Amino acid sequence: MKYKDYYEVLGIKRGASESEIKNAYRRLARKYHPDVSKESGAEERFKDIAEAYQTLKDAEKRAAYDQLGRQQPGEEFRPPPDWQQRYSDSGFSFDDIDLADLFAGLRGGRAHAPRGPVPGQDYEAVVHLTLEQAFHGTQVNVDLSLPEYDSHGVMRRVPQVFNARIPKGVTDGQRLRVPGKGGAGFNGGRAGDLYLTIALHPHPLFRVNGHDLYIDLPLAPWEAVLGTSIEVPTPAGQVRLKVPAGTRAGQQLRLPARGLPTPHAGAGDLYAVVQIVVPSEMSEKERLLFKQLAENSSFNPRGHFKQEARNASQTR
Amino acid sequence: MQAKLDEVVWLNEQETVTLSELVEASGLTLAELQELVECGVLAPVESKGVEAIFYARCVTTAKTAGRLRRDFELDTHALALALTLLERVQELEARIRELGARTPGGMRGN
Repeated sequence: MKYKDYYEVLGIKRGASESEIKNAYRRLARKYHPDVSKESGAEERFKDIAEAYQTLKDAEKRAAYDQLGRQQPGEEFRPPPDWQQRYSDSGFSFDDIDLADLFAGLRGGRAHAPRGPVPGQDYEAVVHLTLEQAFHGTQVNVDLSLPEYDSHGVMRRVPQVFNARIPKGVTDGQRLRVPGKGGAGFNGGRAGDLYLTIALHPHPLFRVNGHDLYIDLPLAPWEAVLGTSIEVPTPAGQVRLKVPAGTRAGQQLRLPARGLPTPHAGAGDLYAVVQIVVPSEMSEKERLLFKQLAENSSFNPRGHFKQEARNASQTR
Repeated sequence: MQAKLDEVVWLNEQETVTLSELVEASGLTLAELQELVECGVLAPVESKGVEAIFYARCVTTAKTAGRLRRDFELDTHALALALTLLERVQELEARIRELGARTPGGMRGN
């Protein structure tokens, strides 16, 4: 069994009072609770914090924990010989269980089987998908370490792999439930559920907003002015898009139902966001043509500057 | 070794759940959940018949409520306030994602 220093986890002295323990827990919970915190590794950190608090807030569990003496965190250790006699009658081996599971099983100084049905724990997992996987639907393997109770009510973690079908229609942040695939129940309690959250990998071309997709559409100045017809990639392959004459930068050209499929039927839209780009290198002929254009054009893109200045002077 | 293929249930607006199912999923009591419904944090789709029906996406909210209640020892009013603020944060994050998607070149690093 690996030792964990619960006092160190909560950042308190070994002699801390009950209220110091509670305050330290609350302060750290506000910082690292996965529903509140965006810090990386917050979830793992909060598990340790909650585990430490569960043991130290209970006077009897805390006394049993203090009896273990002080070791280096992560160091392999065995409780002193009389510890098992004093605090546990369940006869489990100390080698294959976790410190948290040991204290979770202790109540009133004795490990005992809970009375009545206990539902299994729900489990949460993040499933990372590519945009293509979300588009077509896919199968994923979810690796979990699930708790199982032995006949003494002592919990052990058992690695398990689930193979779940992710239907098409999911997008970033979508939640799904796999019924009955959480931890096993105890004493006839129902099994827990497995909850999945979909996280889409960033795509080099498409940006995702719900089921809509956005793609940057770079156009040469003459394409934007004269209009053109171009091939645009979509998750289902290339489609032809008509760019109307006089298209401006920032305009969004909508390709209906070319986004991600929505659950059951239909699909989001694909938007091509226009960017006007200029060549970084030009031939002498190209430069000459632009010069001719500049000399012959009466177009003033900043006409509204002057208008605004006139308006401002009138109201002064 | 390969487990059989598990089917998933959508937690969105297409599927619905009952109030008892929310009790089961969240670990909250029926009375606590009813208070959250009265505060407007959980809105039933319809409440005709014996039991209120909710969109399945409410399972996520109810589970969050259960965790906040357990881990912060909040009473129902504090819970309702925390859930309302979390929902506001999620709406703003969704708005940022939307603006990032609409912005040419995107917003990197999200």
